[in-house]
Amino acid sequence: MTERIIITATINDEETQFMADMRDSLLDALRERIGLTGTKEGCNNGNCGACAVIMDGRLVNSCCVMAAEVEGSEITTVEGLAEADGLTPLQEAFLEEAALQCGICTPGFLVASKALLDVNPHPSEHEIRFWLAGNLCRCTGYDKIIRAVQKAAAQRGA
Amino acid sequence: MVATPEKPQYKVIGTRPIRPDGTDKVIGRAEYGIDVRLPGMLYGRIKRSPYAHAIIKRIDASKALALPGVKAVITHDDFPPPGDTAMTMGEGGVSTARFMLEGIMASKKVLYRGQPVAAVCATDHHIAEDALELIEVEYEPLPVVSDVREAMSDAAPVLHENLRTRDMAPLSQTPSDKPTNIASHLRFARGDVQAGFAAADIVVEREFETSMFHQGYIEPHNGTAFWNRDGKLTVWCSTQGSFSVRANLATLLQIPVSQINVIPMEIGGGFGGKLVVYLEPIAAVFSKITGKPVKMMMTRDEVFEATGPTSGTYIRVKMGAKKDGTLTAAEVYLAYEAGAFPGSPVGAGATCALAPYDIENYVIDGYDVVVNKPKTAAYRAPGAPAAEFAVESVVNEIAKQLDIDPIDLRLKNAAKEGTPRPTGQKFGRIGAVEVMQAMKDHPHYKSEIQGPDRGRGVAMGFWGNVGGERSATAAINPDGTIKLVVGNVDIGGTRAAMAMMLAETLGISAEQVHPHVVGTDDIGATGLTGGSSSAFAIGWTMYELGLELRKKLTERAARIWEVPEDQVTYGDDGVIRGPADAEGKPREMSFKEIAGRLARTGGAISAGLTTQKQGAGPAYGGHIVDVEVDRETGKVTILRYTAVQDVGTAIHPSYVEGQIQGGVAQGVGMALTEEYYWGPDGRMQNASFLDYRMPTTLDLPMIDTVLVEVPNPGHPYGVRGVGEVPIVPPMPAIQAAIADAIGVNLYKAPMSPRVVLEALLDKER
Ligand code: FES
Ligand code: FES
Repeated sequence: MTERIIITATINDEETQFMADMRDSLLDALRERIGLTGTKEGCNNGNCGACAVIMDGRLVNSCCVMAAEVEGSEITTVEGLAEADGLTPLQEAFLEEAALQCGICTPGFLVASKALLDVNPHPSEHEIRFWLAGNLCRCTGYDKIIRAVQKAAAQRGA
Repeated sequence: MVATPEKPQYKVIGTRPIRPDGTDKVIGRAEYGIDVRLPGMLYGRIKRSPYAHAIIKRIDASKALALPGVKAVITHDDFPPPGDTAMTMGEGGVSTARFMLEGIMASKKVLYRGQPVAAVCATDHHIAEDALELIEVEYEPLPVVSDVREAMSDAAPVLHENLRTRDMAPLSQTPSDKPTNIASHLRFARGDVQAGFAAADIVVEREFETSMFHQGYIEPHNGTAFWNRDGKLTVWCSTQGSFSVRANLATLLQIPVSQINVIPMEIGGGFGGKLVVYLEPIAAVFSKITGKPVKMMMTRDEVFEATGPTSGTYIRVKMGAKKDGTLTAAEVYLAYEAGAFPGSPVGAGATCALAPYDIENYVIDGYDVVVNKPKTAAYRAPGAPAAEFAVESVVNEIAKQLDIDPIDLRLKNAAKEGTPRPTGQKFGRIGAVEVMQAMKDHPHYKSEIQGPDRGRGVAMGFWGNVGGERSATAAINPDGTIKLVVGNVDIGGTRAAMAMMLAETLGISAEQVHPHVVGTDDIGATGLTGGSSSAFAIGWTMYELGLELRKKLTERAARIWEVPEDQVTYGDDGVIRGPADAEGKPREMSFKEIAGRLARTGGAISAGLTTQKQGAGPAYGGHIVDVEVDRETGKVTILRYTAVQDVGTAIHPSYVEGQIQGGVAQGVGMALTEEYYWGPDGRMQNASFLDYRMPTTLDLPMIDTVLVEVPNPGHPYGVRGVGEVPIVPPMPAIQAAIADAIGVNLYKAPMSPRVVLEALLDKER
């Protein structure tokens, strides 16, 4: 048996205690220990953004954060975006604009886009492209993703 | 969109409903292969060869087995001895069981770096990883050959002692009995090439090279297996074809297909690369040994090094033309790397190479060559991008030399209905001319290009498209909806498209159809999602299923109204009509009304069937691109991109556009930044997303699409495949744009900063 530790963190507004291996990344912990499998692994070394989550207000790649580091943190994953009674404008926009094909990159793009709109509610196309350059999508060519973020931003402003 | 006059009016087709699986995918609940979690599950990992070519002398797993938590280690010997059964690899690829098993687990010799030599499973993924280090393997390294031209030379190290060239070319010499790396040679010919060149006013001949490229799906391969005590094997995986996984498992494990249930989970991209099985057989053997479910997943470097990218190629093209632009002759020589085992897509490359044109005289030679690299797999329009890169670049040079507009030159030579294809059949109704004309008419093409070091290029692309077998069942719910069950794996929105085509047939709304993708135990035979087959093939199934339901509903309505069946009709608006009643009132019932009455009038209605349709319509794309070249760094920036394509009929235009945009993005990657860097030792030097540079949001502009609709007469809704074509034109279009910008033609893809700078320096010299 490898060494285990108990970690307490607020995950999607819920105080959560879980046991993790000392070697677990936050991505491992979310997926394997807590069962929040919405966060995806594309590369496990910080290059694709599929594993993006918001940690204490900052966008991070959860594969590059150790589980042990998140003690006392607040974390938002894709599962924490929607309201009880429906989707957020960003999620709606992704569906309406057909901003996903296979959908594996979608959790990362949604989390990253939310983090963007939280700090910059009216980004230009270039600002969106700059911010999302850490998220790879191999299906869409990004066009419809950018449009979905623009649409969500416009709706927020309205 | 540009619709031709032959396109009929539709109610549902051509609209943009929200896809049925959408919500699950934006809230993080959609279940992909990697998300499978079963009680008591073990985790498997693969020990891979560090050498590109070596003899395996010894494998010792004793230390690994002694590690607490390790449950089993397996090697090639744990699989039943394979035969030479031919196995389908999807999209026309075939292999033998022996080769396929070697790729899953090597026996005596490794042929590429990353080839599996052993595998371990343990109670935790960290333990499995630790155990990998403890498996000892002794190798005797052999000389490596990783370039196609070197591999064809007599001096090259031979990969397979038993390999002899399979010659599919008519009139060529009898094959020699010497061991070779050339697995096969094929030839297509038409007319008299010598006479064609003699009739030409100019002849252009060029040589091209393209790198190996990876599909780059974001989800790594994964698979989970549970071999139950009754001998029944269940496999959850990320695949483009559950039935081909089942067939491959049956051959490799030598058990009947009826004992295997393959459940296709949501799939995070495939592009042809997820037609082959890598992990599933290993997980199955582990599960058989341990009695536990076993899950396996690749890391990203394993995906790059040990799954199937597309062929690196060497290509020569010679074309002749008259002053008026008529193409008189062509000679195309294609040498494609197959990777470690035979089976490159050179055949498809050969049939696509000249497909946009009607050329009287040509010869196309294709060679399939093994090298010490991973076995190639299908990748979007397999074989076509490299071949058409070469041909289209030469066509652009001819246009330039003759001072003819490159689209006019193409229009002059365009393939049309009746043009013979290399394989002998003639083209049916195709849209090459319509695509070329739409390019010419586009504001992008008419706009001025301004600024230094900027240029514009155009190119065409072709893919033949394929059909295939599909099964579906539909049950009418009392609330007026339909439960639709299919085996067709959905990668990019086909559930939406199939729901729409069934809805169109029944005259109901797309939202009334609820599609579900199920495992091989729960549905009839279904071919794979690949080769741009899905919308075409499943569309036929939906149409015939819809007609079957219409017939049953018509019968039922006749019974309810107590009138003869032949007086009842099912309207395209979803309303069933009968003769007027005694009071002269017309009898009418909507789909929803009759659905609610089925239970009380003889019971629920359902239908199920399997279709096996060919006649997929070939498709053309034409791209216009503006670039800017930085002379200091060699970087090429895409300024503007327009992709025109004959899509037959756009079922859900958003997803059709999305397919085109995604294909363009991958093609731009091939053209500019993506590349396998090989060390002299046959080792890939850049096996990560950081170093294998796929386009990001910052590398691309918005991608304009023009959907030309020339309906495919071989389909009830005119569908042609749309997924493959858009990856074909970017390389030559960008090549031409760079030439326009800086006056140099590049013959190597990717046209990376290094290639651009070298060419600029050469020019100055
Ligand atoms: S999985 Fe974390 S960045 Fe790719
Ligand atoms: S939708 Fe497939 S990777 Fe983005």
